[in-house]
Amino acid sequence: MCQKVFGTSGIFSTFSQNHYAYIWQNYKFFMVDFNRFTLANGLRVLVHEDDTTPMAVLNILYDVGARDEDEDKTGFAHLFEHLMFGGSVNIPSYDEPLQRVGGENNAFTSNDITNYYITLPATNIETAFWLESDRMLSLAFSEKSLETQRNVVCEEFKQRYLNQPYGDVWLKLRPLAYQKHPYKWATIGQDLAQIENASMEDVKAFFKKHYNPQNAILVVGGNVKTEDVKVLAEKWFAPIPAGHKYLRDLPKEPVQTSERKETVVAKVPLNAFYMAFKMPARRDATYQAYDLMADILSQGQSSRLYNSLLKEQQLFSDIHAYITSSMDEGLFIIEGKLSEGVAMEAAEAAVWAELTKISSEEVTETELTKVKNKSESIMVFAEMSLLDKAMNLAYYELLGDAAGLNTEIDKYLAVDALKIHDAAKKTFVREQCSTLYYLTSDNA
Amino acid sequence: MLDRTLIPESKQVNEINFISPQKQELDNGIKVFTVNAGKQELVRIELVFENVNWKESTPLQAIAVSHLINNGTKTLSARQIADQVDYYGAFLQTDYGADQSSIKIYTLNKHLAAVLPILWSVLNESIFPQQELDIFKQNQQQSLKVSLQKNDFIARKNFANAIFGNSAYGSNIEVEDYQAIQRAELTTYFSAAYKPENCTIFVAGKFEEPEFNILNGIFGKEWSNKDASVINHFSFDSSVTGEIFIERPEAIQSAIRMGFRSINRTHADFPAFQVMNCLLGGYFGSRLMANIREDKGYTYGIGSAIVSMKDSGYFFIATEVGADVCSSALNEIEKEISLLKSELVSDEELDLVRNYMLGSMLGSLENAFSHADKFKNIYFSGLSYDYYDNYIKTVKSISPEELKALANQYLNTEEFTKVIVGKK
Repeated sequence: MCQKVFGTSGIFSTFSQNHYAYIWQNYKFFMVDFNRFTLANGLRVLVHEDDTTPMAVLNILYDVGARDEDEDKTGFAHLFEHLMFGGSVNIPSYDEPLQRVGGENNAFTSNDITNYYITLPATNIETAFWLESDRMLSLAFSEKSLETQRNVVCEEFKQRYLNQPYGDVWLKLRPLAYQKHPYKWATIGQDLAQIENASMEDVKAFFKKHYNPQNAILVVGGNVKTEDVKVLAEKWFAPIPAGHKYLRDLPKEPVQTSERKETVVAKVPLNAFYMAFKMPARRDATYQAYDLMADILSQGQSSRLYNSLLKEQQLFSDIHAYITSSMDEGLFIIEGKLSEGVAMEAAEAAVWAELTKISSEEVTETELTKVKNKSESIMVFAEMSLLDKAMNLAYYELLGDAAGLNTEIDKYLAVDALKIHDAAKKTFVREQCSTLYYLTSDNA
Repeated sequence: MLDRTLIPESKQVNEINFISPQKQELDNGIKVFTVNAGKQELVRIELVFENVNWKESTPLQAIAVSHLINNGTKTLSARQIADQVDYYGAFLQTDYGADQSSIKIYTLNKHLAAVLPILWSVLNESIFPQQELDIFKQNQQQSLKVSLQKNDFIARKNFANAIFGNSAYGSNIEVEDYQAIQRAELTTYFSAAYKPENCTIFVAGKFEEPEFNILNGIFGKEWSNKDASVINHFSFDSSVTGEIFIERPEAIQSAIRMGFRSINRTHADFPAFQVMNCLLGGYFGSRLMANIREDKGYTYGIGSAIVSMKDSGYFFIATEVGADVCSSALNEIEKEISLLKSELVSDEELDLVRNYMLGSMLGSLENAFSHADKFKNIYFSGLSYDYYDNYIKTVKSISPEELKALANQYLNTEEFTKVIVGKK
C-alpha cells in the first residue's frame, strides 16, 4: 500500500495525522447504518449519518489498483494517485481550497483499489463535492505536475523500499509467489525506471479507462443528511459522463506445484525469512477461516507463534503471520527475524512444526473463542472512527454490497475448528510455499 | 449551467467544544478524570505514572519496566496474562514516554470486572522473571541493530542527544545499554514508581457509577509498592549546535533533522509558535512541502513540528531527500526560514492556515478518547482549558507582523543543531 503522504513515518512521528490506512486494515467489523442511491451515470453513493460529530467525510473509491497495470508500466496506478492532486480541469489547486475550509485529505493505492478521502467540518461539505467531482470530470494534465510527482514517487520508492533494511522484501517476494497474475509486482512498481518513463499519454489513457462514475463508489459520512447529499451529488456528480465500464480480465495464476526458494544477501543486521502460501480471494466463503487462523497463529502475545517460537524456543526476535486480504487469490505470509546464532534450518523447521500442528490438530475451543471475542471488541471500538466507517462502507460495496459490512461478524462467528483445520490442511503444503531467505552479508 | 470555477460558500469553524472530564478520587486518593461520552459500551482506562529516579548509568530502567510489567506476576505467567486479556477481547498496552509511563486497558464494559483484576496483579505483583528479561534484552538489541541501519533513526537519535544530552529526553541508547540491564534495577524501579501517590487515572468511554465502583473496589485499596522516589526533572545547559554529519557512503537518500531546544506549552508564545510552525512545515500545504516536495520533487515528505515536554520542548524540521540533492534541499530550507523572517505572510496564506488549524482542531476531537487526550496534554503541563481558548484566539487573530517578529526571535538557523545522515 502506498499513500499520498506518508503519515506515520519517522518524519511525522510526533504527528498523529494520516495513519488511517493502517488502522483501516485492522478493523474488520462494524454496525453502520447507511442509505444508498445510484446516479444516472452509474455512480454509486452511500450516506452514513452520524450527528455525534461536527465533521464530515467524503470518501471515494476507484475500482483500480496495481493489478490493472501493464507489465511494462508498473507503479502507474500509484503514480496516477499522486497526479490526482495536481489540479483538475476547472480547479488549478486541489489542496489549497480544501485546507482553506479546514479540511484534510489523503489517499492510498493498493494492488486492488485506489481510495481518496477528505475530512472537513460538515458545514463545508460542498467544497469536498466541488473538488472531487471536478477531478472525476477531468484533470489539468499539467506537465510540471507529472515531472514533479515522478520525482516524488521515485523518492518514495527510495525512502520506503531501497534505503531501508529489508525494504525490498515485497519487490522480491511477489514475483516469487506469483508468476502470471499481476500481483507479482508491488504497488510502488517493479523498478524506478518504469516510473521515470511514465508519459502524459499514459496518464490520459489511464484516466479515461478507470476514472469515471461507473468505476467509482462515493461515501459521505458524518454530520450530514441523506437528502442534502442527494442534492449535492446530483448537482456536482450527475453531469459527469458515464464513461466506459472497465471490464477486468486478468491472467489467472496457475496452481503452484513445486516449492520455490530464493536467497537474498544484503547488508542487514539479522537473518530473516518470509514464507508465502496461496490463499482464497477476499470474496471466497472460506476467507474468514483464514483470517482467524492468522489471528490464532500470530495476534498478540497469547498467539501460538509468539509463545512457541519467540518465548519458548527463542529462535526468533520477531515473528508474524498475516494475510494480504486480496480481491484475487491472496497470500498467507509468515515472516520472522532470527535470533542471533540460530541456524536458518532450525528456525524454518520450527515454523513448519507449528504449521504441521495446526494442519493436523484442530484448534481448541478456547483459542477460537478468544479470537472471536477479540473480533467482537474490535468491531465495537471501530465504530468510534467516522473515517473508518466510511472507508469500509465503500470497500464492502465494492465487494458486492455495503450491507455486508454489518453481517461480516456473523461470518466470523460461524467459523468452527473444522473450517480452520480444512484451511490449514489445504494451505500449508510445501509444494505451494514460496520462501525468501534474507541473509546478512556478515555471515553469508 | 453549473460553473465549476466558482468555489462553494464556506464558513470558518466557529465553535469548538471540549468535553472537560469529571474529577473523582479512589479511596486511596488516586485521582480519576473521566470523559464519560460515546454511544458504544466500551471504555479505555489509562493509569499514568510519572517517571522517577533518573540515573544516567541505567537509562533503560523505566523503559524496561514498562515493557516487562505484563510479563509475569506472583500469580500469573506472561502467557496467562496475555491469554486472559485476549480471551476477554481486551487490549492491554504499556507505553513509555519521556515524562510518564502508562498502562492502558481497552475493554468492552461487560468484561470490565473480569479484566481489571489482571491489571491489578500486573501493577502490584509483577516479578520481572529473569528469563523474560533475557528475551527482552536479546530482542531489543536486535531491533536496535535494525534501526541503526535507518538514516532517519540515526538522525533522530543524534539530534535528541545533541540538544538534550544524557537526560531521559536525549539519552543516546546503545546496544550495550541493553546488555547491562539487571533484574534488580527493574524490581527497584517498579517498587518506587508504580504506586498510588505517583498514579493518575484517565478514563474515556462509557463510565458511570457502577463502573467507577468496580474500579474503586480493585484499585482503591492499598497497593504493594511504597518505596520512596523522586520525580524526574531536567534542566539543560547549552546544546551542541552546528552541523553533525554522519556519513553513510551507500545511502541513496540522506536524512536531515535540524532544530533547537525550544519553549513548551506553558510558555505564552507557544500557540503563536504553532501557527508559525504550521505555516513553515506543519501541514501538506506548508511552505517546506510546497517548495521541496511539490515544486522541486526532492523528497516524499518534509515537515516541521514543535514538541512540548514537561521540562523543555523542541522544534525540528525533518526530511529524507535524494542523496544527490541534499545540499540543494538544505539551501531551500534555509531560504524558507529566512523568508519567514524577512517578509510578511500574505493575508491570503495566513487565512488559509487559520482555517486549516481550526478545522484540524475540530477534527481532532472525534471521540471520548480524543477528548481525554486533549485534557491530558493540559493537565501534565499544569494548564487549564484556558490554554485551548487562548490557542483558538491566537489562531484566529495573530497578525503577519507578530509572526515575522516571532520568526526573528526564535528561528536563528546559525544556532540550530543540524544532523545529516547519508551523503551530502
